[in-house]
Amino acid sequence: MIKEFNNIKVDKVGIEDRINRITKRSLKRESKLKGLEMILSMIDLTTLEGMDTVKKVEQLCYKATHLHNQFPNLPSVAAVCVYPNMVRIASNSLKESDVLVASVATAFPSGNATLQIKINDTKEAIENGANEVDMVISRGKFHSGEYNYVFDEIAAIKDVCGENSRLKVILETGELGDYDHIRMASEIAINAGADFIKTSTGKISPAATLPITLVMLEAIKDHYYSTGKMVGMKPAGGISNAKLALQYLILVKETLGNLWLDKHWFRFGASSLANDVLMQIAKQKTGFYQSNNYFSKD
Amino acid sequence: MSERIKVLKTYKIFIDGKFPRTESGRYYQLKSKDIPYANVCLSSKKDLRNAVVAARKAFLPWAEKTAYNRSQILYRIAEMLESRKTQFIDELTIQGFSKKDASKELDQSIDRIIYFAGWADKINQVFGAVNPVASSHYNFTLFEPMGVIGVLSSDESPLLGLVSSIIPVIVSGNSCVVIASEKYPLSSISFAEVISNSDVPSGVINILTGTKKELASPISSHMDINALGLFSQKIDKQIFINATENLKRISSFNDIQIYSDDFDSPYIIKKFMESKTTWHPVEVDFTKTNNY
Repeated sequence: MIKEFNNIKVDKVGIEDRINRITKRSLKRESKLKGLEMILSMIDLTTLEGMDTVKKVEQLCYKATHLHNQFPNLPSVAAVCVYPNMVRIASNSLKESDVLVASVATAFPSGNATLQIKINDTKEAIENGANEVDMVISRGKFHSGEYNYVFDEIAAIKDVCGENSRLKVILETGELGDYDHIRMASEIAINAGADFIKTSTGKISPAATLPITLVMLEAIKDHYYSTGKMVGMKPAGGISNAKLALQYLILVKETLGNLWLDKHWFRFGASSLANDVLMQIAKQKTGFYQSNNYFSKD
Repeated sequence: MSERIKVLKTYKIFIDGKFPRTESGRYYQLKSKDIPYANVCLSSKKDLRNAVVAARKAFLPWAEKTAYNRSQILYRIAEMLESRKTQFIDELTIQGFSKKDASKELDQSIDRIIYFAGWADKINQVFGAVNPVASSHYNFTLFEPMGVIGVLSSDESPLLGLVSSIIPVIVSGNSCVVIASEKYPLSSISFAEVISNSDVPSGVINILTGTKKELASPISSHMDINALGLFSQKIDKQIFINATENLKRISSFNDIQIYSDDFDSPYIIKKFMESKTTWHPVEVDFTKTNNY
């Protein structure tokens, strides 16, 4: 199976050309508004800082559930994404809402720890109430050619997650090198049992980009055609404005189709995107360009 | 040898220290005796939006510069303008000004920049105050810039009107988005070239050409613009209604005021500043008969 992974070649020029065309598309007002609402429902509101405090996480959870106070009937965000030690705080704060709790695990963001530590990290996150786990792959092992190790590790973490907790596998594409590697890592993750594949930790630049996302979406598509199984996608890091997020939606629709246009299969990992989307929705509804001053900062 | 073809300048707009064309691709033509002499960008509200984003980004770093440094930078604008005087006079004569009027317009503009540049590090000494209060507080008032100012520039005064609507606004640390004179837009874009050569940080001054009819409404309703300076006479009532949405303060001036020497006044600067009063508790030692 691993041999097969080695032979994948991505058409770099073709990928970039498709992105070029997608970014020049214009959207009608009504589709834009629907798109913006969809983006809002797909956001994993994220805080992953060394300086996160209990209050910061509580504030973020409050924001997740009160984002749309100004405009009722807007969807809430999909999830709040925090470090494992903050999971209990987040799950308590979000008890009465339908916002999920996602936790990064497996020695995020470097992923440099033994398998046993990673398994415990994941277990603890789930026991504390995480609905979803965002793991990082071992990039060092990947670059050393130990693809089996990477595969087995993902499979082991998925075992811990079981059926009830969905597993997002962070490839950290900024550290993987070219598209061929990204495609290969995507396939390893998908075949090892990932429910979602995710671009980045947000700690490395470049984080998510449109071409990288397209490469990963193509891997999901091929997997779907050959097995009939759907896998989710989560670009994360660097998506801070609504215009760019809309381009991601177009990309998903044109690559995977309407089935994936749902928070169950597509997510944005972002901290400031939600504010910009709200500002754009307010602009569409009132006709006035908006100011950051009137939207919560955290 | 064939006759040389004259190279005409493309007049583009000024956003974030760069000279882009309007995103709309539209333009209007200026003619003198039916002969076209320039194409000018007809900016759209998306250009305005981009300009406000740039102005917002530029505001804090500009406000946080020392007043003395802002003063130096404004003085530099005057120096640059002085060195390009003939170019501006030529441009004004193409637009129908007499040489004498054009020259006077230039002199007044340069002097006005110098005048306001000097106020940067003096405004708080004049208007700031220590206020006597009845409690044991040290109470003082300071003047601070307001943020992003939307400016509708004078229609009739191509350069002095422009200078008078930009310099007093930015001297205190505000950034601005200016809609230039529709009738005489050339000087405003040439002035933008002066600005971009004068150490003024990108985004502090943004200049759009186009119609006030189209741009006044989005500039007055934009929630990220903190105040409006109306130096134009073509003001629709709707602007005042729009401005209430986020309580923009509006200051209006007419061309007579602009051409008058009375415009050289720190009170113009004060119109684009906000006062902040602080109550600072002080310990009073009641065991002493007096505290001196």
